Amino acid sequence: MDIHALQQIVHKTRDARRKETFPKFSPADRDQLIHKYHPDYRESAYRPIRFGPNADEKTVVELATLLEGDSPITDDVDLTPHYTTDVLVVGGGGAGCAAALRAHGAGAKVILATKLRLGDSNSVMAQGGMQISVAPEDSPVTHFIDTLKGGHMQNDHDLLKVMVEEGPSIAKWLIELGVLFDRQADGNLHVKKGGGSSKPRLLTCSDYTGLEIMRVLKDEVLNQKIQLLEFCAAVELLSDDNGHCTGAIFKDLDNHRFVVVAAKSVILATGGIGRLHIQGFPTSNHYGATGDGLCLSYRMGAKLTHIDTFQYHPSGAVYPEQLIGALVTEGIRSEGGHLVNAKGERFVNELDTRDVVSSSIIRECEEGRGIRTMSGRVGVWLDIPLLDAEHGPGTVEKHFPAMKLQFERFGIDISKDPVLIYPTLHYQNGGVKIDTNSETNVMNLFVAGEASGGLHGRNRLMGNSLLDLMVYGKRSGLTAASRVGSMDQGKLTVQHLQRFRAEAKKHGNLSGVTSPMILPAYTRKE
Amino acid sequence: MAQEDTNVIDQLEVLKPRMVSVEISGKKYEVPEGITVIKALWYTGQEVVRGAGCLGGFCGACATYYRTKDDPKVRTCLACQTAVQDGMSFTIMPPFPARKALYDIQTLKDPKQDLFNLYPEAPLCRNCNACTEACPQKIDVREGVWKAVFGDFKSVSEMFMDCVMCGMCVPVCIADIAPNLVALYVSRAQGAHFTEKPLGLYTRIKEIQDGRFDDEWKKILKMNEKELADHCAAVK
Repeated sequence: MDIHALQQIVHKTRDARRKETFPKFSPADRDQLIHKYHPDYRESAYRPIRFGPNADEKTVVELATLLEGDSPITDDVDLTPHYTTDVLVVGGGGAGCAAALRAHGAGAKVILATKLRLGDSNSVMAQGGMQISVAPEDSPVTHFIDTLKGGHMQNDHDLLKVMVEEGPSIAKWLIELGVLFDRQADGNLHVKKGGGSSKPRLLTCSDYTGLEIMRVLKDEVLNQKIQLLEFCAAVELLSDDNGHCTGAIFKDLDNHRFVVVAAKSVILATGGIGRLHIQGFPTSNHYGATGDGLCLSYRMGAKLTHIDTFQYHPSGAVYPEQLIGALVTEGIRSEGGHLVNAKGERFVNELDTRDVVSSSIIRECEEGRGIRTMSGRVGVWLDIPLLDAEHGPGTVEKHFPAMKLQFERFGIDISKDPVLIYPTLHYQNGGVKIDTNSETNVMNLFVAGEASGGLHGRNRLMGNSLLDLMVYGKRSGLTAASRVGSMDQGKLTVQHLQRFRAEAKKHGNLSGVTSPMILPAYTRKE
Repeated sequence: MAQEDTNVIDQLEVLKPRMVSVEISGKKYEVPEGITVIKALWYTGQEVVRGAGCLGGFCGACATYYRTKDDPKVRTCLACQTAVQDGMSFTIMPPFPARKALYDIQTLKDPKQDLFNLYPEAPLCRNCNACTEACPQKIDVREGVWKAVFGDFKSVSEMFMDCVMCGMCVPVCIADIAPNLVALYVSRAQGAHFTEKPLGLYTRIKEIQDGRFDDEWKKILKMNEKELADHCAAVK
């Protein structure tokens, strides 16, 4: 059928739906729903990792294969450094830029290396906002509680307390750098309510929060003349005789040569994993989100945590084909947008946590109440025109300019028509285990941002990622910088790699792939 | 079968799948109709390192020049956000050597005057409007440059919130202005120097420093798993 004919049910039921409220599920119902429909509980997608720091723990097959993969570096590699620095930051997104700026600000010599351009990251796409408890009726403690609830009580308390308490000072830092957060008429920061939060707490820059923060941080990295190695992909870390981290080896993606960087400490801010397309899901992630930092840390002996849980953002576009996987921001639901099945009914409280909402969408589709596209995809409607009906014409255009433009390019006016959505692979809830300085169990190896784990428990609350990047980017940068004066550059070896390979041999060898992946294999070969 | 199901959206590309002719950086290829420009590169066997970033229309890495069949007008787009059509020819824009001024945003004395020191070419705009026409984000770039020069930093910061820094406004400028970089400076200056102080934020920072929440923290961090779960459940 013509898409407009199918959309009629949403238009027809709008007024009736506006009058009803949809209660949140009870804790028992939530659990049951998630266990039955959330992709994290699809047994066949998982297997135990055979060796390494997380041996016998389960993760998705795609990640297990990479973690057990081999390094492109051979034992006889020439480790004469091309560059020497105090702090080496790997990754040019939010956490990487924050870490580099803080370490530089504390007087350390910093190199920031990234496999694409400075700023190419998931951070730049964050639309929903940044959770910081600035409202008088809110508090860091309430932020802590909301996050714990969202994370199924599995969050690391110490990491979480640090994040919520440092939040306000992060907002101040960003404002001083020129980030333009939305304001109230009295000049105070405007806060929006996000899914799974008990208080309005989202700071926003219209629906360009990540872009605005990244424009500013990137510009600041350039202004501070921090040394950049762009189009250089980290392929291996370096260690000394004590197993401490002492640098990294990169592959220059232009000339394919290896580049050796000696550093007193290394901060991995390599981001997420969406481009592994776990369980065949489309993803909202950027081109380079291939979990490189996990592989590098793992071979070095760093322990990972919560790597069996991923966040599937409820609203990935399903139609048109060109936008598959692209996010339809949560902000739409924050402002009251309904999720509607093929029968014109709501089926979940749209402001429940992401795992609950995603599970309920998968349930509707599996039980035949979804809308299908001819290319074999299925989804439910997100009633965006409702926002204009509720808050006055022009609301969608004013509050969601990025979203509107994105669909307009394909002839769809989201202020007039509902869009078809289905969960999309969005975020890696876990990652490398860190302490409150953002350091791993490997000395002088720090991990910040999405690549790290523990803070978000088993489900990250919306808006907590941008704050995570800024807080742990800062702490890793400052801690790394504070050590510079009291230590010498360690020896450069790949002993950890020899140990890893020996252990693999005992367990029936490596998986046969080379890791990290660096970029997804989208290029058609035949 | 699919046609009988009432809940299936018609998709032209599935109903009538067909290949179209495109020209990529001067070479002709056949690709499926309707895929994005960036996917056309992958489809034709090209390794993409430069020219792809977020793939979501936010990072500006895939700035592209294109022309449609029989139309002399060269247009611009983001390769991840544009579908190919028959007869289209396109080239991803290589990084353009624009000059970015270096500044310390926090210590600027007179940001509106400093604009002319940092970007002395900014007032030389000759009103050709090419920048506005080149913007894939539909920003009125020319208007923005003028507003910057006249010191209306607030308007510029609002107009350029959509800017993905693709830089396509730069090579077309006959006065050698880099409008996106000018706007970035102006927006940062607006945020750092001309925006009201958020007093509530400062209060909250002080409250945390003064330990206003310490008792509450103590109570919560002392709880066992069960108590904490019950406490959390009570917060609506």
